[in-house]
Amino acid sequence: MTTDSRKAKVTLPSDRQILITREFDAPKELVWKAWTTPELVRRWWHANRGEMTVCEIDLRVGGKWRYAMEAPGFGEVAFHGEYREIEPFERLVSTEAYEGIPDADAHAAVDTLTLAEIGDHTLMTVLVEHPTMEGRDMHVESGMEDGMQDAMDLLEETVAALA
Amino acid sequence: MIRRMARAATTADAFNAIAEPRRRQILDVLAGGERAVNELVAQLGVAQPTVSKHLRVLRKVGVVEVRGDGRRRLYRMNGKALKPIHDWVRAYEQTWSARFDALDDVLDDLKTKEDR
Repeated sequence: MTTDSRKAKVTLPSDRQILITREFDAPKELVWKAWTTPELVRRWWHANRGEMTVCEIDLRVGGKWRYAMEAPGFGEVAFHGEYREIEPFERLVSTEAYEGIPDADAHAAVDTLTLAEIGDHTLMTVLVEHPTMEGRDMHVESGMEDGMQDAMDLLEETVAALA
Repeated sequence: MIRRMARAATTADAFNAIAEPRRRQILDVLAGGERAVNELVAQLGVAQPTVSKHLRVLRKVGVVEVRGDGRRRLYRMNGKALKPIHDWVRAYEQTWSARFDALDDVLDDLKTKEDR
């Protein structure tokens, strides 16, 4: 992960959108497979923050998905949603509700995954669009990021103390 | 919980302040150093009332600060006020980077299987 293209890039295109981009050294068919096959999702979605306890994918328009993980010191973090549009290997639109907030479905975001092959690489973009500002703020404040921030602050303090 | 709510307010305010494209342009210019309103107007090619309106919003959440210099008022960016957003984006990036690094391993396995 030495080059910039191999790092996840997060930008905020508008006040209710979050855009994540990343390049993969694999054809889009394989990226799609890793993104939509439960046994494979279980191997990466946890972000090394715990263990996935639930990974359900019913990949058809109107089908549901649910991911949950047990994060030490944080408890269960769970998300669910419904598939809206499916264009195999290229585009996947689904809703995403964070179960840790009240009235989760009303604040569900719409996620659009796109995969584009560039040579023998695949450029992935994930656009997260919140229907409401409240939803976005809750996303910003929700779940792991908060806990992670604490961990990173702690790490920074520790490193600073060593220097 | 209280701490988290306090952070929500700061983050949301700064988010809203920089969500507007014109305000981001103003910040881009101010990132290069202090400017008077007329300099911003000239550089952005936007009417002065518009620039002033956006500067008010940015000042309200502390993203931009102003100081008097003789008869001029000079505006500058306050990076500290943008820190909540910066921190959040960085943490979010960390989460996704960790996921994608693990996804790289999954893809390597899939490629190996395909080659067989």
